Amino acid sequence: MKVDVVVVGGGPAGLSAAIEIGSRGGHVVVVDDHPTPGGKLLGQLHQEGNHSNWWKGFELAQELKQKALAANVCILSEKQVWGMEPGWKVHISDLVQNDTGMEIQADCVLLATGAVEKPMPIPGWTLPGVLAIGAAQVMTNVYQVLPGKKVIVAGIDILSLSIARSMKLAGADVEGIYMLPHSPFSNYASPLLHLETLNEMTDFAPSKMIRLTGKLLKSKTGRKLAAQFYPPMGIKMWGIPIHLRRTILSINGTHEVESVTITKIDVNGNPIGEQKVIQADTVCISGGLSPLYELAAMAGCKFVTLEGLSGTVPLHNKELETTVPNLFVAGNITGIEGAKVAMAQGALAGKSICNKLRIGNLKIADMEEALSFVEHSRKLSDIQFHPKVSEAREHLDDLWKTLIKDVSREDKNGSNQKLY
Amino acid sequence: MRIQHPILPSRSTKTISFSFNHKMYQAREGETIAIALWANGVKTLRNSEKNHEPRGMYCGIGQCYECRIYHPKIGLLKACTTRVTDGDHYFSKESFNEMDLARKGGGNEG
Repeated sequence: MKVDVVVVGGGPAGLSAAIEIGSRGGHVVVVDDHPTPGGKLLGQLHQEGNHSNWWKGFELAQELKQKALAANVCILSEKQVWGMEPGWKVHISDLVQNDTGMEIQADCVLLATGAVEKPMPIPGWTLPGVLAIGAAQVMTNVYQVLPGKKVIVAGIDILSLSIARSMKLAGADVEGIYMLPHSPFSNYASPLLHLETLNEMTDFAPSKMIRLTGKLLKSKTGRKLAAQFYPPMGIKMWGIPIHLRRTILSINGTHEVESVTITKIDVNGNPIGEQKVIQADTVCISGGLSPLYELAAMAGCKFVTLEGLSGTVPLHNKELETTVPNLFVAGNITGIEGAKVAMAQGALAGKSICNKLRIGNLKIADMEEALSFVEHSRKLSDIQFHPKVSEAREHLDDLWKTLIKDVSREDKNGSNQKLY
Repeated sequence: MRIQHPILPSRSTKTISFSFNHKMYQAREGETIAIALWANGVKTLRNSEKNHEPRGMYCGIGQCYECRIYHPKIGLLKACTTRVTDGDHYFSKESFNEMDLARKGGGNEG
């Protein structure tokens, strides 16, 4: 098969891009490894900011799918891209049938692969009944199966708070949300460091209480005080105790999760006081998200690591093209942000590709509009995964410009060095 | 345990059957194997190859491969991203492999 564009990933970014390309007459195939397109939208359910409107991701996913089909986009579900050769030749395997797979040739490839959860080893985490927080989200909000009767969550962040609420809403007894262990895997998480992040995010915090304490958190002394005098029983949010001063030492059980051993910690994250065993049948671990970039690495992209983007991402310009010509990126592979930003980036990447391949009658104003819509969506986002995301985006842009200068200098010096 | 979510619309009401390690279970149409088993109270999908420790679904999005199980015709499957097919049989491990052969034939283990 020969098409104009292969989009890898059928989430908010991938589908939005495909709609732009398809509606301008481009031939586009979306490859997705899940049974239903929509990606992480399918499980998203939260109240937006201060408003009582529910963000129902599955409705949006359906809408995007319908629009994509109406734009003649070919969606291949339950299939996985395992390799790419420049030019492009995209190798695809079928997840369900044991066939020989297929190849699709395309002028451009868009990687909208999303993110994965960072592994967060805790003794006993291999026991059945321990889930990554995202798995609990899919189980509860996509399949309507309760992850457990009594659930304990490890990791206090915007995602774990939202999913803990989802589980409670669905009928689970969420016993509490605890700090991640103080280890290299959590970047030595501690109450003091955590309050710093919380401070930066208070404008986005889904609770009035946390926004109020935000003032206290502005100063270092305030943060130390807050960490020291944090209520020993935790602060409740939607009736779920959040334990900033307690962590999980181990998950226990013979065949499945039976209990969890917790301990108090000091402001620096060191265990203090007695250990306590709490009965539970399910433990959800939230170690944060990280961009899923293997295919970009395989294609030979240059990479950068920026804290504000929550990890390592393929270096790309504002139009979302990577250092490898005709290879674009959109969504969480460019840095961890919410679905609104992912959709705006998808639309931008779609237009950039149309521009490059001369699909449709794209005007300069269309590109400018798409570029500013990404910025706009970022500002309006009610879920921010990292307080320094806008700074990191600017930094990324500087790095791109430096790279371009270096390349043109090399060219003047007669160097044949290519970008990839 | 399957629920009716207070906000979300109902899932399919069509029930299909499958077996896991020779035991029959029911799934709601559209469920993945790992989800259907979890809803039936089955969290352990296999034992680890080296220390034979119980393992189940972890990431739920096909990335960690902890939920790998076998289908006699298809082979290795990721239980968390593969939908249940009505009437199919799934197993924790390959039903007939070299290890089984060694156990049955050799009889000189340990």
